[in-house]
Amino acid sequence: MILVWLILIPFIGGLLCWQAERWSHQAPRWIALGTMLFVLVISVVVWLTGDFAPASANSSQWLLQWRAPWIPRFGVEIHLAMDGLSLVLVALTGFLGLLAVLCSWQEISDRVGFFHLNLLFILGGVVGVFLALDLFLFFLFWEMMLVPMYFLIALWGHSGSAGQTRIRAATRFFIYTQASGLLMLVSIIALVFVHYSNTGELSFGYDTLRGTDVPEPLAFWLMLGFFIAFAVKLPVVPFHGWLPDAHAQAPTAGSVDLAGILLKTAAYGILRFALPLFPEQSAAFAPVAMFLGLVGIIYGAVLACGQQDIKRLIAYTSVSHMGFVLIALYSGSELAIQGAIVLMVAHAFSTAALFILSGQLYERIHSRDMRVMGGLWGRLPVLPGFTLCFVAASLGMPATANFVGEFMILFGTFPGAPMVVVVASIGLVLAAIYSLLLMQRVHFGSEYRSGLLAGPDRREYGIMLVLLVLTLAVGLYPQPLLDTTAAVAGPVAELFTGSAELAVRAGEVN
Amino acid sequence: MLTLANLMAILPLIIVAATAIVVMLGIAWQRYHAATAIVSAAGLVLALLSMPLASAAQSSPPLMIMDGLAIMGSVLVLLCALVTVALSHHYLAGYIGPREEFYLLLLCAVTGALGLVASNHLATLFISLELLSMPLYGMLAYSYRAERSLEAGIKYLILSAAATAFLLFGMALVYARTGSLDLVGLATELVTSPDVWSLAGAVLMLVGLGFKLSIVPFHLWTPDVYQGGPAPATIFLATVSKLAVFVVVVRLMMTAPVFDSDWLRVLITVLALLTMLGGNLLALFQQNLKRLLGYSSIAHFGYLLVAIVVGGTLAAETVGVYLVTYLIATLAAFGVVTQLSSPFGGEDAAGLHHYRGLFWRRPWLAAVMTVSFLSLAGIPLTAGFIGKFYVLVLGVSDGRWWLVGGIVAGSAIGLFYYLRVMVTLYLPEPGMRRMDAPNDWGNRIGGLTLLVVAVLVLMLGVYPTPMIDWVAELPMIGF
Repeated sequence: MILVWLILIPFIGGLLCWQAERWSHQAPRWIALGTMLFVLVISVVVWLTGDFAPASANSSQWLLQWRAPWIPRFGVEIHLAMDGLSLVLVALTGFLGLLAVLCSWQEISDRVGFFHLNLLFILGGVVGVFLALDLFLFFLFWEMMLVPMYFLIALWGHSGSAGQTRIRAATRFFIYTQASGLLMLVSIIALVFVHYSNTGELSFGYDTLRGTDVPEPLAFWLMLGFFIAFAVKLPVVPFHGWLPDAHAQAPTAGSVDLAGILLKTAAYGILRFALPLFPEQSAAFAPVAMFLGLVGIIYGAVLACGQQDIKRLIAYTSVSHMGFVLIALYSGSELAIQGAIVLMVAHAFSTAALFILSGQLYERIHSRDMRVMGGLWGRLPVLPGFTLCFVAASLGMPATANFVGEFMILFGTFPGAPMVVVVASIGLVLAAIYSLLLMQRVHFGSEYRSGLLAGPDRREYGIMLVLLVLTLAVGLYPQPLLDTTAAVAGPVAELFTGSAELAVRAGEVN
Repeated sequence: MLTLANLMAILPLIIVAATAIVVMLGIAWQRYHAATAIVSAAGLVLALLSMPLASAAQSSPPLMIMDGLAIMGSVLVLLCALVTVALSHHYLAGYIGPREEFYLLLLCAVTGALGLVASNHLATLFISLELLSMPLYGMLAYSYRAERSLEAGIKYLILSAAATAFLLFGMALVYARTGSLDLVGLATELVTSPDVWSLAGAVLMLVGLGFKLSIVPFHLWTPDVYQGGPAPATIFLATVSKLAVFVVVVRLMMTAPVFDSDWLRVLITVLALLTMLGGNLLALFQQNLKRLLGYSSIAHFGYLLVAIVVGGTLAAETVGVYLVTYLIATLAAFGVVTQLSSPFGGEDAAGLHHYRGLFWRRPWLAAVMTVSFLSLAGIPLTAGFIGKFYVLVLGVSDGRWWLVGGIVAGSAIGLFYYLRVMVTLYLPEPGMRRMDAPNDWGNRIGGLTLLVVAVLVLMLGVYPTPMIDWVAELPMIGF
């Protein structure tokens, strides 16, 4: 039942926020804050009490499970389950949700209730994605979270220079993800029907569909259907068109959610569904996926160097970082996959922090254009220091969590694909360039204007401090995180080696 | 021979026809708007209540049949008509001129629709279709002082007459080939491989019926008529009329083997693709909400044609589920248009600018509109998603990859204009506002009906099992 509540609480909280606006302007904020705190506390309690040892023969793979029939006509169930990976990501959702509410405390001043309704519905949908194990249910949440995100960008976004760009950005985001999502739905249905014609059982269950024997050319197309849906959301380079605009036009809370957790749903989807459902096809596809990851790393980093808009710059660095994650997921190495999970968490912290910082800058100088910044170090107390820390984290400085993640990814991938690692390392150099470029153009150099700006208040200070502590904590002692997710990474890595062995054995038989 | 048991099977039809006569006599005696509306609604409710009796009847009268398809069609027709009556009352309250005849026309058209879904013979099919269409001309041109309404009525009349000619010619060809007009007879006569004449007849009939469903390339009338007709008449056209005609098409395809030839299947596949893509593309930059909904309904019938192409039990179930989801979403969307346009004051509030910032004036009305558009776009947790899911399942299970691709592409294109309308509802209000719903719209019967429909859209999206069970348990093909 805990799992159901984890999903329901944000939805109920959202509806309350909407109606609470009648009482006062502040009420929705406090309700939203309480709701997210509740989710966070529940997941932390589960974490502290859970047992994350790798599944043995007699214990289940899942920490918690809940199932109920839903649409018996198609064998659709409400099947929720949680293991180490989902737990980490749900906790991350709760935490970033908290930050999203906090960082829009001053920024959003009109239609507060409706804003928090949308914000909490996004978070509820994301929690649903992380917990759903029935493929129909998974798809449902996957699509459902788009609608409130659309409204968040379209209604509270920053207008770019030319008129209606935030609506255009929101529409593009929606159409990209919805269309690719429908491809995934087609793949899901096709998989279900192949399973039905094999066994006569109609089911959307994850455990049931794993190991379905799909005839060869079809299996590859189905895998591609899943991959494209996740690739759009991750984003992988040819499908990234929606990302810079959506990030740049979204309000700070929207950017935090997008970069912090929505992108992670894609990596989660690959890890949970695309790889285990189609191991052989994925193994065969891995070189292509890794190549796309490399393209993403270099392309994102190069484009980040040339941006004028601070939020677009951060958005492109996300493309670059997600390239590392993609390489790791398809490397078939347990170490690299664990590294990917650490990098996902680290990226959520550092990017959220950078987006919040640029939101705070925007509140003070009302611009995101780096050409009108410069020399802020002297004008603005405290915040430039924080920026330096998170920029360092973003470029993968040792002692930060990002370093641990990237190092594990490169280390784990090297035995299997040394060339990929060599090229990916170039991305690290580029990361240093764009990070320092950001620092230089915003905070150093000649002052564009003079006059002292207001320093952070206690709320802003607190947000930054917590994020910094977490980044350093994971960077210095990542072991608890690794222990929690170890049981997940191992089996996924085995899928690849297992299928490779199978292929070798098949070759011997032939 | 007609027996009492036979008559039981068409009891709903008899009740509705009797109500029409009562309404007519009532108007002749004294005009009273509210009473007319109440009597019409009561007649429709009574007909609905008699549905269990009708479906329990052992035999059907000659030329007609009460199988699962007909029962489903009748129930949906009556429900849609009931919602239309509820929405019409307030809309017509401000109309200068006779108001009561609208209900009379509506009841006549419902009678036609009830006959159409149960017709088992080309003669009943034709008569019912005309009985459905004729009052519609009147309903569309009802506010004849408004130029657009008159234009809509006349346009529909002329094009519909042309389509009827095609239909009749097709029937004549089929009759000349087989010598029988009842569907069962047709089926047995045409078991042997169809020749050119019967195929030509089938295609001509398809043209005639495709016109009523506004299948591309017979769709040209749709946007103008949707835009011009008074909102309740447009609702009726978009729901009852299309639903009844589609049920007949399903019946023809499932009974007569001439419609089963591969050649015809390819033709319908092409038409389905054209319709999904065409409807969605034409809607992209519409500024008029009623036109936009017209194009959207074209696209939806394109998706529905997938069921015709595939055929079989699952297809019949898909038709049922998809029709339910399409109907409730359309009723909700047009219902909001009606609320904003009523009481009647010349043109309907159809321009998108009328809806700008609606959420900040009428939050619940905007919420209803949002839900209905999400459903039309097929977003999860609304009924529309279940419908789209069914169509995709049908396409995938039969391996019709072209159609599946068409649905995916069509949905992606469609999102663009659905989103455009939705975001308009929430944009900051402009200074000017000409049309607005009355303050107590939610307490009126039309407003309440609208809220119920919207809740239904959500409920069937979250828990569709009752709907699926209802449709799946009807013995669809009673032949």
